[in-house]
Amino acid sequence: MSQAETATGGGPPDSRARPARAVWSLGLFRSELAVTFRRWRTLALLAVLAAVPVLVGIAVKIETSDGGSIGGGDEGGPAFLSQVTGNGLFLVFTALAATLPFFLPMTVGVIAGDAVAGEAGAGTLRYLLVAPAGRTRLLLAKFSAVLAFCLTATATVAVFALATGALLFPTGQVTLLSGTSVSFGEGLLRAMAIAVTVALSLVGLATLGLFISTLTNSGVAAMAATVGLLITVQILGAIPQLDEIHPFLFTHYWLSFADLLREPVYWDDLLKNLGLQALYTAVFGSAAWAGFGARDVTA
Amino acid sequence: MSEPTAAHEEQGAVISTQGLTKRYRGGQLAVEGLDLSVPRGSVFGFLGPNGSGKTTTIRMLLGLIEPTGGSAHVLGEPMPGSARRVLPHVGALIEGPALYGYLTGRENLLRYDAADPTADPRSRAARADRALERVGLSAAAAKKARAYSLGMKQRLGLAAALLQPRELLVLDEPTNGLDPQGMREIRSLVRELADDGITVFLSSHLLDEIEQVCTHTAVMHRGRLITQGTVAQMSAGARGRLAVTTPDPGEATRVLKEAGVADLVTDGEEVSGEPPHAHELADLNAALVRAGVRVRAFGLRRASLEDVFVSLTGEGFDVAG
Repeated sequence: MSQAETATGGGPPDSRARPARAVWSLGLFRSELAVTFRRWRTLALLAVLAAVPVLVGIAVKIETSDGGSIGGGDEGGPAFLSQVTGNGLFLVFTALAATLPFFLPMTVGVIAGDAVAGEAGAGTLRYLLVAPAGRTRLLLAKFSAVLAFCLTATATVAVFALATGALLFPTGQVTLLSGTSVSFGEGLLRAMAIAVTVALSLVGLATLGLFISTLTNSGVAAMAATVGLLITVQILGAIPQLDEIHPFLFTHYWLSFADLLREPVYWDDLLKNLGLQALYTAVFGSAAWAGFGARDVTA
Repeated sequence: MSEPTAAHEEQGAVISTQGLTKRYRGGQLAVEGLDLSVPRGSVFGFLGPNGSGKTTTIRMLLGLIEPTGGSAHVLGEPMPGSARRVLPHVGALIEGPALYGYLTGRENLLRYDAADPTADPRSRAARADRALERVGLSAAAAKKARAYSLGMKQRLGLAAALLQPRELLVLDEPTNGLDPQGMREIRSLVRELADDGITVFLSSHLLDEIEQVCTHTAVMHRGRLITQGTVAQMSAGARGRLAVTTPDPGEATRVLKEAGVADLVTDGEEVSGEPPHAHELADLNAALVRAGVRVRAFGLRRASLEDVFVSLTGEGFDVAG
């Protein structure tokens, strides 16, 4: 080792002993968050998500400004739409129900699909790995950033819906789906719980997207594949003849978040949803880890 | 584990490979049976035409690609097994710089520094600033990297490789795409680093680059190592050619041929050829003058690495494998 010391020129006695500290390695996670949320693309996706509840709120306001009701009844349009005029808080539920089938998961697909493949395509992946980020650590950092995006995206929809609803419509006691009324405060709490549930509903897709992202060096290809898969699953989920496989589709229990608006809460489908998301996360998380760990990085 | 480690370190080899082989999934053999030994403190030129397996070798040394045969040791430890312990002491520039265009130059360095779990976050900003200064980019530190010129990107890539004190720098084609001024700057930086005692492993397809900056060299051709040694040995291996500039090339050729000079080539006013063994060159000059040949210049042209390469492979250097 003495040669090494002279080589590095007055470094610590045993320069090879520069240790990795657990706290220090969290720096990559912070960096990952910063890199994800500083991109214009991420901000644009969030802006699209923020625009949905605002537009829905304004549309409902205009439609009902002459005292009429929406579209002549409950049919058509996303769930809870008719309750929005009575209580602005329902705009949160309406907006989440409207964005969950496609807008929200699409943005998640873009972020998750690009996570590793985008770095590979830009060539930055090889420099992160020789830094050395460590493949498992890098994958975990990417996963955390994608989860943070799921939560932020959902929160963006919820917060903009709440603000729009509170501005345009009356607020107050919330009448739940089961007919009971709760205070606005409790309604707000349930809205938060629903937002978290929706965010967790996206985790299965997020992990799937991350897995796809480790397979290719093209961010665009990974994004397209993830979003394409989402559309395929949504179509499969809409074909009644295939109801045998429906319980295994990650989208199947997505709209179960409405059960949080009952008194008492129907936990059945909510728990099945979380279980299914956990299963997808476990399966595709392991596959991503195994595949990425052994892969030759040639980009 | 410590026994083989110590053994490799004692030999003074910063990089050593034994039978290192990579066959890609398609069946293409990129590197075959490579036995490389890079002495500590050397500036090692890894030479070969494009497509000869240099980059694949470098990626294997850095743990990016898994070898399909043989073994590689870097800083005395096996790769890719010990990547997490070895790589913090290795700075690398692989196939050109790769940057986050939407981040500033400084933020790019902060990101790469954050990826190293042995890097203390408290001194991160100071390290980034020092590295920027070292490559002369301080003035452009706050500019978005996408606005950088190729030369600036290359320098920022070097800055990332110099964030920490390194024992080994692996530079893959560091002057690729640079203008002559940029090339000179990078080369003088490499010399500076070598003077600091850092071992530099530099790949290039430019022979004069290797001749200018390297102490040692290895030559790759079609995935195989053809030869390795010091640059001086290598050039000495190939004999120089005698070159005579004269307005009387015809007469000069006749005289030189008589004196035993072989492989005579006349190019305008210059006659060149291989001087005979054990022959005093001054006598050849005297013979020319005696025969009335007006000699403008007379000398032995040193063999270049290109001559060595051509004599080793029997091929021009620009042929891709």
